[in-house]
Amino acid sequence: MPVNFGATATDLIRFLPEIILTVMGTALMVLDPVLHKRASHAFGHLSIFALLAGIGGAVYAQSNPGTAFGGMLVVDGFATYFRVLVMVVGILTILPSYGFLARQQAETSEYHALLLFSIAGQCMMAAANDLIIVFIGLEISSISSYVLAGYLRDDKRSNEAALKYFLLGSFATAFFLYGVAITYGTVGTVNLTAIRAALSGADAPPVVFITLAAALMFVGLGFKVSAAPFQVWAPDVYQGAPTPVAAFLSAGPKAAAFAVFLRIFLTAFGPIGADWLPLVWMAALLSMTVGNFAALMQTNVKRMLAYSSIAHAGYVLVALTAQSDTGTAAAMFYLAAYAFMNIGAFAVVSHVSGRGERYQNIDDLAGLGRKQPMMAAMLTIFLLSLIGVPLTGGFFGKFYIFKAALESHLVWLAVLGLLNSAVAAYYYLRILVMVYMHEPGEAAGQTEPLTPGFRLALILPALGTLFLGIFPTWVLDCAGKSATLVK
Amino acid sequence: MLIDTIFFYVFALLTLGGGLLTITRRNAVHSALSLIVSLLGVAGLYLMQQAEFLFAVQIVLYVGGIMVLFLFVIMLVNLDLSAKERQFNGQWMVALVAVAAVGAEISWFLYRGQGAFQLADTAGAPSAAAFAVTTTGNTEILADVLFQEYLLPFEIASILLLVAVVGAVVMAKKRI
Amino acid sequence: MLTAVPISWFLTLSAVLFALGVAGFVFRRNIITVFMSIELMLNAVNLSFVTFSYHQKQVNGHLYAFFVMVVAAAEAAVGLAIILTIFKNRSTLNIDDVDSMKN
Repeated sequence: MPVNFGATATDLIRFLPEIILTVMGTALMVLDPVLHKRASHAFGHLSIFALLAGIGGAVYAQSNPGTAFGGMLVVDGFATYFRVLVMVVGILTILPSYGFLARQQAETSEYHALLLFSIAGQCMMAAANDLIIVFIGLEISSISSYVLAGYLRDDKRSNEAALKYFLLGSFATAFFLYGVAITYGTVGTVNLTAIRAALSGADAPPVVFITLAAALMFVGLGFKVSAAPFQVWAPDVYQGAPTPVAAFLSAGPKAAAFAVFLRIFLTAFGPIGADWLPLVWMAALLSMTVGNFAALMQTNVKRMLAYSSIAHAGYVLVALTAQSDTGTAAAMFYLAAYAFMNIGAFAVVSHVSGRGERYQNIDDLAGLGRKQPMMAAMLTIFLLSLIGVPLTGGFFGKFYIFKAALESHLVWLAVLGLLNSAVAAYYYLRILVMVYMHEPGEAAGQTEPLTPGFRLALILPALGTLFLGIFPTWVLDCAGKSATLVK
Repeated sequence: MLIDTIFFYVFALLTLGGGLLTITRRNAVHSALSLIVSLLGVAGLYLMQQAEFLFAVQIVLYVGGIMVLFLFVIMLVNLDLSAKERQFNGQWMVALVAVAAVGAEISWFLYRGQGAFQLADTAGAPSAAAFAVTTTGNTEILADVLFQEYLLPFEIASILLLVAVVGAVVMAKKRI
Repeated sequence: MLTAVPISWFLTLSAVLFALGVAGFVFRRNIITVFMSIELMLNAVNLSFVTFSYHQKQVNGHLYAFFVMVVAAAEAAVGLAIILTIFKNRSTLNIDDVDSMKN
């Protein structure tokens, strides 16, 4: 029997971003005793360096696309797009973390190491071409996120967030796995391309079992992307988790889970598209409606952003419903735009909430426009983008999604989505009114001046949002080219 | 093959009985012990299906490792008080119906699929793992497949375990 | 030599075990028992994997079950650590009492 241990150089190059992130994550913890006393900022600097190197690795891997490790991984435009996206999300999370961790006196190497591991897991999900890699990548990403959500251990809310995220996350994983098991039983393989081949072949297995498997996986992934009716954990987790972590959770793991979602449902289960379609549009409609209407009633900013994040997951599901390359490209564009605007909004909240995260209510933002004009201006950009006002990334994101829906003759879904966006405008505008038209309250007086690092944490997402809003074609072309490769 | 059927019933009884007791016992220690019985039942079912290696792993890792961890944590937290409290949620009627529906639906699907799954014998892509399971030892075949075809999952599983170790330490450290 | 017991018996058993796990997760209020219910669900999945693997004459399913066990161990370590911090901060493990964040 031929014994072939180990991997070829090509395999390793296609796995480069994950290798860089894992090695750097481990190195951070090894360097901890040397660095901790002298320069605790160094952890953040090193992580950003690791992520930049990881982005370089991902781009380099793209120069020679193809499968690796016997078809377990696939490096294509789609994988590279999402790998770069989650690593950019990582950088944007670390920037506001400097000030946040210093305020809570909780700077450790483990925070950054777990963040890097989580991102490595998400990169694996983005490039996975086999359900077993999807599963292990998902778990690496999730387990580190559970711990990050409960990172402020002495804060009861943070504990609670970790517990809820953990219990519901594991519950969802079990559903996902049951779906994998049934797929394995009916098709005899868990490789995504092989599943597609088997399903489109002449002697395809009975569609009823594959639909059951798709439904179970949909439940599992629905939890991970916080789509209704599986959204119950999101508000508590986003509210309780440390604010930069909440920003990360709403952008990174979500984007990776959507990458997996698109790959599994459009590549593997593409041939039975008509059978799982009702699941997706129902979830899309429910997510938009539940998210937006619940967000109307919130007084806590983080909780409101959590509900709005559920609604945004609904918009992306609309793009999936379109089942076309345009739809996939729109979803990819939207996830990038959403990452920028949402992380930016959370960054503002993390600064305003102060020590011990006391000030999280919408009232606490009162008078921000007078006290901190620069931060208020940035917050305005993010909120306008979340509403979907032209010249921001959010506008083109929504525009492309609804355009894809119309092209696939889903007029009613597009109309309901637009109505939902109108509802959403109300609660975002309420914040802006609070920021500019009210007298400064207690919280505004407590806010510390902006550090250069934190300025960067606001300016970069704002630039990203505006860039996507003014020059959308560049990113959309990238997404469009990759979207055709999904098959 | 009567003896197989008898064994199946015995193991199924252990599995389901243990599972039922796990979710109904008031005392968490009793629940954990019932879960061990259930896991042993599952291990027996593995053995019936020539998964000797998994049978051993199930007992060593699950029963010997994970369940001991559970019992250890139950010992650390004092649950005497909570054993006296109400154990079930208020909306249990609704939940019961929902769960029964899920269970019945899946069982029905699988029961109806009795024939369908066997079709899959040939449907799968030809794989290095398609050995005749009966001739060579199960563990040996597993090792061959694990370290060749499944090298990548094996390696990234080690990252997962590293994450778990770091995570547990972060949650348990004295000072952040 | 194949077992005389038909595949559907194993699969039905696995489905019932999974449903028991879901029931435990939904009904129980003690966090540790809720977590044990998740273990039941994972075992049901593993049983399915092994059954399918046996009937397809492959060992791939065994490996998937093996990876699920690895993940279960990792989850148990982190999950129980989270449960301990909850207990340290609140002295209760009742899931309804761990609910401080509603408006």
